[in-house]
Amino acid sequence: MSTATEERAPEQAFAGPRRDILNRGFAGLSRGAAITILVTLALVATFLVKEALPALTANPSDLADQVDWLKDEPGRSLWPVIASLVFGTVIIASLALAIAAPVSYGIALFISHYAPRRMAAGLGYVIDLLAAIPSVIYGLWGAFIFIPAILPALEWIERSFNWLPFLRGRVIATETTMVNGQEVVTQVFSVGTGRVALSAGIVLAIMILPIITAVTREVFLQTPVLHEEAALALGATRWEMIRMAVIPFGKPGMIGATMLGLGRALGETMAVFMILSPWSIPRFSVSVLEPSAHNTIAANIALKFPEANSMGVSALIAMGLALFVITLAVNMLARWIISRRSEFSGAN
Amino acid sequence: MAKRIDVNNLNAFYGKFLAVEGVSLSIEPKSVTALIGPSGCGKSTFIRTINRMHEVIPGARVEGEVLMDGIDLYGTNVDPVAVRRHVGMVFQRPNPFPTMTIAENVLAGIRLNNRRLPKDQAEEIVEGTLRAANLWDEVKDRLERPGSSLSGGQQQRLCIARAIAVKPDVILMDEPCSALDPISTLAIEDLMAELKENYTIVIVTHNMQQAARVSDRTAFFNIAGAGKPGKLVEMNATSVIFSAPAEKATEDYISGRFG
Repeated sequence: MSTATEERAPEQAFAGPRRDILNRGFAGLSRGAAITILVTLALVATFLVKEALPALTANPSDLADQVDWLKDEPGRSLWPVIASLVFGTVIIASLALAIAAPVSYGIALFISHYAPRRMAAGLGYVIDLLAAIPSVIYGLWGAFIFIPAILPALEWIERSFNWLPFLRGRVIATETTMVNGQEVVTQVFSVGTGRVALSAGIVLAIMILPIITAVTREVFLQTPVLHEEAALALGATRWEMIRMAVIPFGKPGMIGATMLGLGRALGETMAVFMILSPWSIPRFSVSVLEPSAHNTIAANIALKFPEANSMGVSALIAMGLALFVITLAVNMLARWIISRRSEFSGAN
Repeated sequence: MAKRIDVNNLNAFYGKFLAVEGVSLSIEPKSVTALIGPSGCGKSTFIRTINRMHEVIPGARVEGEVLMDGIDLYGTNVDPVAVRRHVGMVFQRPNPFPTMTIAENVLAGIRLNNRRLPKDQAEEIVEGTLRAANLWDEVKDRLERPGSSLSGGQQQRLCIARAIAVKPDVILMDEPCSALDPISTLAIEDLMAELKENYTIVIVTHNMQQAARVSDRTAFFNIAGAGKPGKLVEMNATSVIFSAPAEKATEDYISGRFG
C-alpha cells in the first residue's frame, strides 16, 4: 500500500487546506453576524437621533403650531407629552411584569420540578402556543371579552380601595350630603369602561407570560443534577432543594427572561392600542384604575403616525428615541445585575 | 451518633429493571465499610438506598429493609427527608453549591433546620467543621469566596465538611476520590481514618488499594452479565477479603483477573 501512496513532504502531512478554509469561513461568518447586530443597533440609534432632531431642536411654539396634537396641549410643549407617555409606558410595563414574572416562575418550576413528565410536556406545549398568538388577537380579546368580564372586579376594587391613591378611579361627579346640619361634599369615582392601566397591564402580563415561562423553564431544567442531589442529600425538601440549588443557579437566566418579557411589554403596540382609549390625553396619574389617564409610547406612535406631517413624524420619532433609551437602560441594568455575581454563577 | 446499619434482603429497581437483588449485610458503627466490584454491579445503587436517595430518580424504588439501630428507614412513617439528615452523602464529583461561598456551603445543611443562626455560632461551626475536614488552614482566609474557586480535592473536602456539619449518624461516600489526583486522594483517605472515630462510614470505590487502605470491612458486589441484577458476593473483614476470600469471583476480581 505504501508504494501506491506518494511520499509526502513532512510539512504537507500537517497541512489541511480544506479544513482550514471551513474553519476560517465559519469564524468569519459568526463574526459577521455579531458585527451585523452592532451595525444595526448603531443604524437604529443614528436614525432615531437624526429624525428626532428637527422636533427636539425646534422652537417650542413653532413646533406646537406645526403639530396637531400639540396645539391643544396646555403647555404646548413636546417634553411633558413625552414624559407622560414614558410614565404611562413604564407603569403599564411594570404592572405587566409584576403580575407575569411570579406566575411565570411558578409555572416554570411546576413544569421543570413538580409535574409528572406527560403533564409537563403538555403544559409546555400550551405555553408555547400562547406565545404564538398575535398581539392583535390579545388586543381584541382584551378589549371585547376580557375587560367586560373583569369590569365588575375592577369596580369592586375601586369601591373598596379608593382611599389608596393608586387605586382610585376618575372623579365623575360630586355629591353633596347633609351630615349633622353641615354640607359634606364627597367625590364619586368611576373606572369607566374599565379601559385602565391595570387592564392593559393584565393583558400584557398574559402576553409576556409564555416567553418568561419558556426561558425560565429551560434554565431550571439546566440545573445540574449534581447540585440538586447535593441539596437533597443534606435533607432538603423539594422546595428547599429548589431554593438552595435551582433558583440560585438559574438566577441570571431568570433575570434575562424577565428582561425579555419587559422588553416585549415596553414595546407592545397593538394590544395596548386596542385596550386603552388612545385619544385620551395622557397624564401623570399614579392611579392604575383611572380611565383615560395613561398611554404608552408605542401605542401613541401607532395612533398618531398615519395623520402626522413631517414635523409630527419627527416628534413621534423623538418619542421612539425615548423608548429606545429606556429599553437600552433596562437591559444594561439587567446585565449589570447578572455580572455583579458572575463569580457565583456556577458557570465555572 | 455513629449508628449500625442492617440491611435485610434488599432489592433496588429502576422502573421494572431489577438493579440490585437480595442484599443482606451489616455495617458496623465507627468503622469504614468499603463496597467494591466491577462497573454496573449495583454498588452505587445500593449505597444510595441507605439514605433513600435511590428513589429520587423517577421510577426507582426499593424493596426490603434498611435498619438503622433497629429502625426501618423504609417504614411507613419514615420521612426520606429526615433520613437524609441522619445519613450524609458525598458524591463522586465534588459538588459544592456554586452560588454559595465556602462558609455558606459548610452551613447549608444547618441552615435548613435552623434559619436564624447567630453569627458567632455560625463562625464557630464553620471553623470547627473545616478543621475536622482538614481544610481550615487552606481556606481560612477566603471563606467568602465561591466554593467553586477551590481545587477539586479541596472542593471534595468542602463537601465532606458540608456533610459532617449536620452531625449525621452515617456518612456515605460514592467513589469520593475517583475525580481526584493521588495527593488529594491521600488527604481524603487520611480524613476518613479520622472521621471513623465518630462516624459510621460507607465508601464505594473502584480502587482496591484504597479499599484495602481505608476500610475495616469490605463487601464485594458482582453482576452475572449485562441486564442481570447485581448481587452481594461476600462480605468480611478487609484483611480476609484481600488475603483469603471465600469465593472464587472475589479472588479473581481482587487479583485483577477481571473487572
